[in-house]
Amino acid sequence: MTAVTDRQKLQYIAAKAADSRVNVELETEGMILNMGPQHPATHGTLRIVAKLDGEQVVAAEPIAGYMHRGYEKLTEVRTYPQITALVNRIDWLGSFANEVPFILASEQLMGIEAPPRAQWIRTLLFEMSRVANLILFLGDMGVQLGAVTPAFFAFRDREFVLDQIEAVTGGRFHPNFDRIGGLKDDLPKGWLVETKNVMNKVRSFCDEIEGLLMNAEIFATRTRGIGVIPADVAMQYGLSGANARASGIDWDLRRDAPFGFVYPELDWKVWTHPDGDSFARFWVRLQEVRESTKMIDQICDGVPGGPIMAKVPRIIKVPAGEAYVSTENPLGEMGFYVVSKGELAPFRVKIRSASFNNVSITPWLLRGVYVPDIITILASLYFILGDIDR
Amino acid sequence: MTQVVLHPMLGLELAYWQETIIRVLLGLVALLLLTGGVVYLYLFKFVSFMQSRLGPMEAGPYGSMQLLAEVGKWLQKEDIFTEDSDKFIFGIAPAVVLASTFLMFVVIPAGPNAVVADLGTGIYFVLAMSSLSVIGILMAGWASANKYALMGALRAGGQLIAYELPLVLAVIGVVISAGSLNLQDIVAAQSDGAIFGWTGIGNPYILTQIVGFTIFLIAVQAELTQTPFDMPIAESELVAGYQVEYTGIRFLVYFIAEFATAVAFAAIASTLFLGGWQLPGAWGISDGAMNAIGPIMISIKAVLLVGVVFWVRFSLPRFREDQLQKLAWKVLIPLALANIVVTGVMKVVF
Repeated sequence: MTAVTDRQKLQYIAAKAADSRVNVELETEGMILNMGPQHPATHGTLRIVAKLDGEQVVAAEPIAGYMHRGYEKLTEVRTYPQITALVNRIDWLGSFANEVPFILASEQLMGIEAPPRAQWIRTLLFEMSRVANLILFLGDMGVQLGAVTPAFFAFRDREFVLDQIEAVTGGRFHPNFDRIGGLKDDLPKGWLVETKNVMNKVRSFCDEIEGLLMNAEIFATRTRGIGVIPADVAMQYGLSGANARASGIDWDLRRDAPFGFVYPELDWKVWTHPDGDSFARFWVRLQEVRESTKMIDQICDGVPGGPIMAKVPRIIKVPAGEAYVSTENPLGEMGFYVVSKGELAPFRVKIRSASFNNVSITPWLLRGVYVPDIITILASLYFILGDIDR
Repeated sequence: MTQVVLHPMLGLELAYWQETIIRVLLGLVALLLLTGGVVYLYLFKFVSFMQSRLGPMEAGPYGSMQLLAEVGKWLQKEDIFTEDSDKFIFGIAPAVVLASTFLMFVVIPAGPNAVVADLGTGIYFVLAMSSLSVIGILMAGWASANKYALMGALRAGGQLIAYELPLVLAVIGVVISAGSLNLQDIVAAQSDGAIFGWTGIGNPYILTQIVGFTIFLIAVQAELTQTPFDMPIAESELVAGYQVEYTGIRFLVYFIAEFATAVAFAAIASTLFLGGWQLPGAWGISDGAMNAIGPIMISIKAVLLVGVVFWVRFSLPRFREDQLQKLAWKVLIPLALANIVVTGVMKVVF
């Protein structure tokens, strides 16, 4: 693994800057372009300060923190059951997925395991929030590249998935459904059949996106070779999820650490792409949505009967100790490090969210690209501002 | 120019200035009606159906009055001048763009007499006027005192000038075929033509100049700064490019100019390649009747072509600036030059 030192970085910047000035007699001043905090490409309040030479980016720096909501501190003054309502606002597009790692960490501390039916349904909802989340990415990538139509298809078909999530949990965006020891409620009648219909719609949406966007030549010219992340650099910056898999790192916590889930019992595949460019990141996520729909179909067929809640005391006091559980969330690895002193509220919770690491690579990635590529790269890295700032 | 347009129908004798005013007013009404129709038909409805939504439905039947509501809204908005902007230039830039659009309509014929000015070098005039809008856009970008606006304007400058070339070169094939720069002559050459002796539909140049037609449409897409060539206004990166600081009526002027230019280019394309206002000469319709039928004919053709522009706009992602320049200089211009050579040879052979 070769480390990129600061010295190498500076050399790279200097070479790029010199390159772009080579035939210019009149040396012009660079321009600093401030993108955000209010900018349509940052879907939230990320600010990118880019030093430009013409249209070429010499250096770029992401500035986060405009949306900081202090969740890690807030969890210290909430009881364990209250915390799920907080943390599902971190990545607001895949909200159920945020609750799961926290609940799993708490369960680990308490030595409770959810009954099988709860584990199956948990996996099901976890995958459904992934589908709802990534569908929007597939459409949004089109918007960022100038094709508006895929976004409308994405919103249309995400609605079906959200309807299903709402039918179970009562919340479209913030389900607050996961409980220590199981789930709040059982599935409604007829829900599994309807879910399989929705998954068919999602699969046809994937085909639509593939035809409309991915197979379009302009899309390929805009994304292929843009924002290439080699595997070693991806590891150094702690990239996870589809961003890492698009760089050829065969690493998926659903397969490698399926604690609390039923992934080993399902027939599915981890997709990787060797290129590491924006196209690869789009491609991997598209395949992941398809893989998820397959998994959901299998879960719908295989979900066992039984209780959905383990024996849990009425007032939850977590015994002293510490636990770290991370899961493969839609955006990448999300981990909760929970430290308990045996009280009603955790002593300290450290949240490891995927987007923060995924965005931290931008200064390395945005050197030498053109201004439109900033948008391509940011869109393909796929971050949610709530997931960066927490 | 000395013909009196309304004389045969109404029996009026009009002075030259009266006639000119009537022509300009009719042209203006036709232009705005067509533009409004195109905006409603394509931007509001066609695109909505493409994107699986209904579009405006409340204002008037099927939302047909939506555009009036929008215009009313824009007119009410505050006309903001940013503090650092060059107020005078910033203020008149939209007018420059709109003027270039209106001037394009001056020579587009809609009937034997239904034309504002029948210039001998009509097509040359149209293309020259269409490139004037670059100046307005550069003025807007510079005067806005905004980095996004400046980048958008510079991109627009590079793009519009680059695509002016394939546009002109694609037209040359038609000019060679018709042997004239006058749009009326080009229309007549198509309606009087014959396909291997068969005069049923004349000989529209789309048949012989299909390469030129394709290049022309691609270049028009770029000239109109519509996706996939919309980097100057790229809403996801430059927010709105050179239009970013404009509000209210000045933004409305840009909006009208954008769609009116689309109609203008579509009208030119239908004049050059689809036979314009004319029905085939072999059908033997009188000039007086053609003055009434012609505007309808060219409107239908132009609106259909605008539909193609919007269809492409809402289907494709956008190019990057350098990829766009590559497409112009490495593909379209050589292709257009080859087309000219082939057309010239064919003209001599046949």
